[in-house]
Amino acid sequence: MSINTNNPYGDSRNHHILSVLVQNRPGVLARVSGLFARRGYNIFSLAVAPTEDEDYSRITIVVDISATPLEQIVKQLFKLIDVVRITELDPRKSVERELIVATVRADGDSRGRVAELANIFEAKVLAVGADAVTISLDGTPEKLDDFEELLKGFGIVESQRTGRVALPKLDREARPRAHKGKAS
Amino acid sequence: MSAKETLTGAEALIRALEMEKVDVMFGLPGGCILPAYDPLLKSSIRHILVRHEQGAGHMAQGYAHVTGRPGVAMVTSGPAATNMVTPLCDAFMDSIPMVCITGQVSTTAIGTDAFQECDTVGITRSVTKHNELVMRAQDIPLAVRQAFHIATTGRPGPVLLDLPKDVLQNTMEWHWPSDEDVLDSLPGYRPTTKGHPRMIKEAAKMLLASERPVLYLGGGVLKAHAAEAVKELAELLKTPVVTTLMARGAFPDDHELCYGMPGMHGNATAITALQKADLLCALGSRFDDRVTGKVSTFAPDAKIIHVDIDPAEQGKVRKPDVPIVGDCRLVVEEIVKAIKELQAEGTTQADITPWRSRVNGWKEQFPLTYEPSEPGARLKPQFCLEKLRDAAPEDTILVAGVGQHQMWSSLFWKFNKPYSWVNSGGLGTMGFSVPAAIGAKTARPEATVWAIDGDGCFQMTAQELVTATTEGIHVKIAILNNTYLGMVRQWQEMFYGERYSEVDLSGCPDFVKWAEAMGCVGIRVESAEEIDAAIERANSINDRSVVVEFRVEEFEKVFPMVPAGASNDDVLLHPSQESRREFLK
Repeated sequence: MSINTNNPYGDSRNHHILSVLVQNRPGVLARVSGLFARRGYNIFSLAVAPTEDEDYSRITIVVDISATPLEQIVKQLFKLIDVVRITELDPRKSVERELIVATVRADGDSRGRVAELANIFEAKVLAVGADAVTISLDGTPEKLDDFEELLKGFGIVESQRTGRVALPKLDREARPRAHKGKAS
Repeated sequence: MSAKETLTGAEALIRALEMEKVDVMFGLPGGCILPAYDPLLKSSIRHILVRHEQGAGHMAQGYAHVTGRPGVAMVTSGPAATNMVTPLCDAFMDSIPMVCITGQVSTTAIGTDAFQECDTVGITRSVTKHNELVMRAQDIPLAVRQAFHIATTGRPGPVLLDLPKDVLQNTMEWHWPSDEDVLDSLPGYRPTTKGHPRMIKEAAKMLLASERPVLYLGGGVLKAHAAEAVKELAELLKTPVVTTLMARGAFPDDHELCYGMPGMHGNATAITALQKADLLCALGSRFDDRVTGKVSTFAPDAKIIHVDIDPAEQGKVRKPDVPIVGDCRLVVEEIVKAIKELQAEGTTQADITPWRSRVNGWKEQFPLTYEPSEPGARLKPQFCLEKLRDAAPEDTILVAGVGQHQMWSSLFWKFNKPYSWVNSGGLGTMGFSVPAAIGAKTARPEATVWAIDGDGCFQMTAQELVTATTEGIHVKIAILNNTYLGMVRQWQEMFYGERYSEVDLSGCPDFVKWAEAMGCVGIRVESAEEIDAAIERANSINDRSVVVEFRVEEFEKVFPMVPAGASNDDVLLHPSQESRREFLK
């Protein structure tokens, strides 16, 4: 199944995941997103929340590098004073999760088939209406892609994905490339 | 235990600036910054009251340009902050250390569209190295320390602190953060200063092996106080040196190895030396589009050593063979050491004498030139500059606005000392020169400061001469008045088929009367016969600022020129030299 081929940010093969540790201060997200806008870099998705240490937040950014080399994006990001560490996560050496919530058309005829599909994917039915159901699924972005594609057959009324969050795999060979303390 | 001292936020701000050894600041008070102006009355800091906030910013830049210390500007919220955006962006582009304090509406009013409220940190985020809205009085000392630390270390730049009125009025217990406190508070900021030893050794080897090397100096040489180290490197290997617009003065123009400025309006020798080199050692330069011309054809045979303190400059435009992130002075000193070690071990330098004679041949064939004016015709701007240059007292600081006069200043002046040239390079801010000259003169009162300005530029910021007069800061301004927006006119002539659109400034005011109205001496020069006496008079006046208006030829163009987007190989020479083009091989 081909997914993402029509997305305006280019081919998903050009997507790289940056895990950016920042000081948890007002305006830090604006600094990061402003930098992307100002330098013409593309963000495919972005998720942000405080870390286990509330002084820091982690921003997981999926960047599209078809127009700008990743190295330049990382270096420019790192010039932001509030950015403490940037880790590039190789999808093969990291664990990724994303959540989708979707409201799908489901009347008397199709409701059973929607429920069956949700069951296969281990998705949760959050709400049932007269002619629609709302389902949530968390999993790898690829699994969500597949699920979303199949839901389209029923008709998606509304959907929202969170953008991916990721951490390095706990594999002894996994050595995330960290760019530390070298801003100017 | 020492007694605890309670200060207002405003008192803490002024004391913190004193602790940072600020001796002068440029500003203009207003509603929200009012509290900070009261403790200023009993402060050791001299405050220069400007006539427009943009002037305060450019003055702070001029001060920083000639001292290397951060220039400080303080203005109020809203329109004052937005007036500061241009100087901040200018300082950001040219890596000028600057600390700007803006007032802000009280914390309780932020976000309510209060009188003179604007989102200063939002507006200035992309034109500052860092900015901060300080929300508590007790945070002021650390914020000030951070601001000076960030502005002056790594790649220097402007930092803005936005201070709400109630934060300035509230009280706090005075404390002065230690160096450690500052570092702990900035865990993501650790500029690399020492170059990588392996890369340094590699650079040394390449410099010894190169048959056609050029040292390509940028403003970073001056920021890092690396001029002496660079001179040692150049002399050690007899390497030709070019100095970009931001590096003029970083290497003496009268040195036999100096070939002046490359770039869009550089001289033919400097441009061609870069094109034909087999090795460019880029020191604190950033491969700006004004230097490279069409990037894909820039210096096609050259390997690149790139020394820059900003890692993001490495590979941004041109992929370096040897990237070295670090402080330019420290790195160049290490490269010199490494070369000497290699030489001691028996490595000899490649023969660069054929290269040097080739470069010298270009210099001989393609000197800077212009057609002298016909008798009775208007003065040539280059002629005026030569006259000003030759009559300038020792250690004169030259400041320029932006446009043709700026290029002629850079080309025709002789810069033999670092920090003797102040201009707006990256942003190209018209109106820069008058306030920047005042800032430079404030910092270096013993030096003569000449500003070369255009008639267009002068009309943007001339009112700061009132500041100069009232503050007793005596600068000298030379207006090269061609009654046109000259550079735009040149482009319309060359690239728009002489279709002149909105460039005619012939409705100029009377510059002499204007100068006099501002308390300056005004002099007009219309013919070659008047020029020597006028300049001599201007140089002899030390108790007032002087404005000399030179009525110059309207249609003079800056040559050489690499048209926008063209290759440096296709530089347009002065028409009188075009026939000799084949010598540029």
